[in-house]
Amino acid sequence: MSTLHAARAGTTGNALTASRLPKGTPWATALAAAILACLIVLPSANGPDDDVPFAALIVVAGLLHLILLTTLSGIVEGRRRAVDRLMTALVTLAFLIAMVPLISVTITTVGAGLARFDAEFFTSSMRNVTGEGGGALHAIVGTVLMTLTAAVVSVPIGLLTAIYLVEYGRGALARGITFIVDVMTGIPSIVAGLFAYALFALLLGPGVRSGFIGAIALSVLMIPVIVRSSEEMLRLVPNELREASYALGVPQWLTVLKVVLPTSIAGITTGIMLSIARVIGETAPLLVTAGFTASMNYNLFDGRMNSLPLFVYRSYMDQGVPFEAYLDRAWAAALTLIIIVMALNLCARLIAKFFAPKTQR
Amino acid sequence: MSKRIEVKNLDVYYSKFKAVEDVTLTIEPRTVTAFIGPSGCGKSTFLRTLNRMHEVIPGAWVDGEVLVDGNNLYAPGVDPVLVRRQIGMVFQRPNPFPTMSIRDNVLAGVTLNNRRISRSDADALVERSLQGANLWKEVKDRLDRPGSSLSGGQQQRLCIARAIAVQPDILLMDEPCSALDPISTLAIEDLIEQLKQEYTIVIVTHNMQQASRISDRTAFFNIAGTGKPGTLIEYDDTDVIFSKPAQQSTEDYISGRFG
Repeated sequence: MSTLHAARAGTTGNALTASRLPKGTPWATALAAAILACLIVLPSANGPDDDVPFAALIVVAGLLHLILLTTLSGIVEGRRRAVDRLMTALVTLAFLIAMVPLISVTITTVGAGLARFDAEFFTSSMRNVTGEGGGALHAIVGTVLMTLTAAVVSVPIGLLTAIYLVEYGRGALARGITFIVDVMTGIPSIVAGLFAYALFALLLGPGVRSGFIGAIALSVLMIPVIVRSSEEMLRLVPNELREASYALGVPQWLTVLKVVLPTSIAGITTGIMLSIARVIGETAPLLVTAGFTASMNYNLFDGRMNSLPLFVYRSYMDQGVPFEAYLDRAWAAALTLIIIVMALNLCARLIAKFFAPKTQR
Repeated sequence: MSKRIEVKNLDVYYSKFKAVEDVTLTIEPRTVTAFIGPSGCGKSTFLRTLNRMHEVIPGAWVDGEVLVDGNNLYAPGVDPVLVRRQIGMVFQRPNPFPTMSIRDNVLAGVTLNNRRISRSDADALVERSLQGANLWKEVKDRLDRPGSSLSGGQQQRLCIARAIAVQPDILLMDEPCSALDPISTLAIEDLIEQLKQEYTIVIVTHNMQQASRISDRTAFFNIAGTGKPGTLIEYDDTDVIFSKPAQQSTEDYISGRFG
């Protein structure tokens, strides 16, 4: 192969050059593959009235693109570059496949949700509303209150557990906690809901429903996520910084508080934000703990409290007349939820950027 | 300010593994003592036992006595935090706190311990410490920049300034120049020469020329083989160690005939 390249390169005089495909080749083969796929798939579709079989088109076009590009590269550039092109194309395809559901969900939700994304939706509850009109203010308030309470409960417990595991924990106890936390990250959310419900049913009697129980259920789901992410971030803090602090005669608790936490605060905050985003869309645990209501409820400790995921679920399951009004409200609530999660993620990014140790030279 | 260190029959263990065996030596105040020896012979481990920093590694413990002006560091009830306030340490790799400015790094020993300090006292302490570490002229106009914005040699001098800002009696240095270029190394060696006026300095180094240039006394550590504990082979005036050492293995090591 090398002699071949050398022979080819002989015309230019540089022994290190090898023949390359032009820069736009992947795009060209992708286009060719798309056209070919249309030619192959479309005639075999059953009739002119059928929908265009997009899935089949995309699969065939993807495969054709892989074959075309690899063959072409193998002929012109040699085996090593052909494998490189094949792998690059595979990675890119995997990325595109991963993006499909994401973009599809976004477009669908925005398209269907905008119909009721109006002022009334954000200023009124569903009390005494049948049919059109009404809004999700009670659900938004419930989601925000319960998630905030869950965060207030979970963040101290989770962060302190992580600090214990990284800075103090040794031996069997620490290993046991790590194992249990790992198990807890995997428990089904309905189990967390039933746990919280059972706990308060024992304390306050059966059939009890309140926003606070929902918040406890959510915090059961949040704590392991916070422990895991904070633990990773605390472990990233170099040991040299702890030693530097000890060598200055600083006790361990002050070292943790003033050296380790400030160094890792950006990552920890991001982890907390993501754990909030993870539980804000939970439906099952709230169904059994906080229940469903059509009315406003600002009191976490008294009575049922609605939430956005449950609002979506009930609007879809118990459609009234006209059913379009219920579906539109469900979509608008789903859009609201997605926007809240997106805002939280943006917040996490900004906080990470703002708090990160400054390293400019 | 400076104090005498007496080490008596000190063994250092990591769990069951004996890392350093039976070291006895006396370090005089206001001197520079260099520890030399091959990698893994326990120099750094032994150095860290002088301010109980080895305890940061889980499972490390010692048997024996370290007396600083007569006080045993390993007597029951001794608080390692108080020990470390008197015996400062500079590490192999410069480790300024990345979240702090140059000024805050120097003041770290004060602020991290939640002690109050007036603005003017703080300014004076920062200037005195940075001048002590020979860094004042280079950074006085950018004290609010992050400590990580300095070059490696400047960062190491910042770490020295941070260590002397808490006014320790003894300064331990664990290969402070091994990550630095020759010019920065020279700056730090000059600095050690000045610091000697006020502090007792113990330095671990792999650089034989450095040991002969800066130290008054030199201790040579060696190890019999992998898995065996490191031992103190010879401890004497630096001139003696480098001109006519008593032990054959010392001569082999300093003349380069040893691995």
